[in-house]
Amino acid sequence: MLDIEKIRADFPILERQVHKKTLAYLDNGATTLKPNQVVGEIEKHYKEECSNIHRGIHWLSERATEAYEASREKVQKLINAESTDNIVFTSGTTAGINLVVQSYGRSELNAGDEVIISAMEHHSNIVPWQMLREEKGIVIKVVPVLEDGSLDMESFYNLISEKTKFISIMYVSNVLGTINPMQEICDKANELGVPVLVDAAQAIAHMPVDVQKLNCTFMVFSAHKMYGPTGVGVLYGKAEYLEKMPPVNGGGDMILSVSFDKTVYNVAPYKFEAGTPNIAGVIGLGAAVDYLQSFNWQEVEAREEELIAYAHEKLEKIPGLKIIGTAKNKSGAVSFTMKDIHPHDIGTIVDRSGVAIRTGHHCAQPLMESFGIVATARASFAIYNTKEEVDQLAKALEKVQEIFA
Amino acid sequence: MKNQLYQQTVLKHNRDPRNYGVIEDCSHHAEGFNPLCGDEVKVYMQVEDDLVKAIQFTGKGCAVSQASASIMTTALIGKSLDEAMAQFDEFMKMASGEKQDPQGEIAAFAGISQFPSRVKCAVLSWQTFNAALKAVDNTISTE
Ligand SMILES: Cc1ncc(COP(=O)(O)O)c(C=O)c1O
Repeated sequence: MLDIEKIRADFPILERQVHKKTLAYLDNGATTLKPNQVVGEIEKHYKEECSNIHRGIHWLSERATEAYEASREKVQKLINAESTDNIVFTSGTTAGINLVVQSYGRSELNAGDEVIISAMEHHSNIVPWQMLREEKGIVIKVVPVLEDGSLDMESFYNLISEKTKFISIMYVSNVLGTINPMQEICDKANELGVPVLVDAAQAIAHMPVDVQKLNCTFMVFSAHKMYGPTGVGVLYGKAEYLEKMPPVNGGGDMILSVSFDKTVYNVAPYKFEAGTPNIAGVIGLGAAVDYLQSFNWQEVEAREEELIAYAHEKLEKIPGLKIIGTAKNKSGAVSFTMKDIHPHDIGTIVDRSGVAIRTGHHCAQPLMESFGIVATARASFAIYNTKEEVDQLAKALEKVQEIFA
Repeated sequence: MKNQLYQQTVLKHNRDPRNYGVIEDCSHHAEGFNPLCGDEVKVYMQVEDDLVKAIQFTGKGCAVSQASASIMTTALIGKSLDEAMAQFDEFMKMASGEKQDPQGEIAAFAGISQFPSRVKCAVLSWQTFNAALKAVDNTISTE
């Protein structure tokens, strides 16, 4: 059994008062809080082992390099990658997608080639493809979302043709909480022989993820949504792809030798990590992986499922409140609207009760459009959340109703 | 109650906005957008002899942005341009938290600077008014 009291003690920020109320942090989809274990490792790097990596032969640099590369191994194990060479450190999910688009997309995709994404994608999995469309004339095909917030898989199959050259879809929706049938999507991509990118930003802290079982070509996620620091992320890529892909950034550490006539690039993953990376951040990510791995996935999933079910039950009782996204398989997030009360007004009022939720379009404007709304309010959950916090939200929402009655 | 944003005045103007609607063939017009909230305010003005003869708005968005627009129209109608600009300055100062003693219903936003993420909702209509008057840039954005 998860010891929630003990877990909460790892996150001292949870004891904070906000507007003189106990904080209920329900904005984990935006970023999770960071436990002492992660903050401590980052502090340790700066206080005791601060140094650059891969270039010093002095003691401190060796320690820092060791810790940095140890994180690569931890991430490899977390997602069951073939080797540490498949793990590229980036600055986040957004950077990972842009890297794939700018490297693989620019060199391999041509005018008329079709890329399949979905209507529930985050802007970070839409805009980079549009930039490539501007440049190369690729065609973006969009899988629609059904009323309950699940992917329209029938349309997915209908959109596939011999022109399909890439599939890029999110594992879990940051707005709807829908868990997409990623195995089915990856199986189809592999049957077609086209690469598939999985945006696992909202999955990685909430369920076990296995890149070899999924058999995806690429996977991206951010450390800050899995109890790690901001400014770090991971791109997983299959070796045969990473090896052939050209680097996007040139500079130090990504080369084997440089002369003015000819520069020889380093191998993957290093050729994609030009310049001094976010060393402390990567070390913090390693600590976050350790933290996640200290729990039993079944218990984490059961706990978060219970919280979501409880949130649904409580919120559904509030007259006029409508939950957006009621797919059977959900994780992490509960989005809702309240009649014609604007979500930003909801957000401000519940904030005064100490409840932190996200309001707005959640970087998914096309998705909002397909539901015919401009914004939602969203409560999103992590391992430390409690039913009491859901109650606090429900109570604050009743206040919203009173004010706008 | 300075830290109360959703007072009766704001709620009333949000529910039942004054001077709502388009003025065809008006002398001044501008449109304002707040990309964060998706707020939208369009201001229509008829200025004659340096007087705001008529001012109306249309829009959609959060209660703060819509109530602020409605209250603004009631505050500005019939004012001279100098008076209107003074009101604009006063509102912007109030929004930035500089001490002011706002008069009338504008006082409903006296505490807005304590809601930093909502300041742009409150100032959207005023900035749009300013843009309409100066006719420099007929589409403004608070970002
Ligand atoms: C599903 C999804 N993809 C991508 C992103 C972008 O992540 P980041 O801002 O860390 O690059 C987010 C963050 O909100 C997300 O939820």
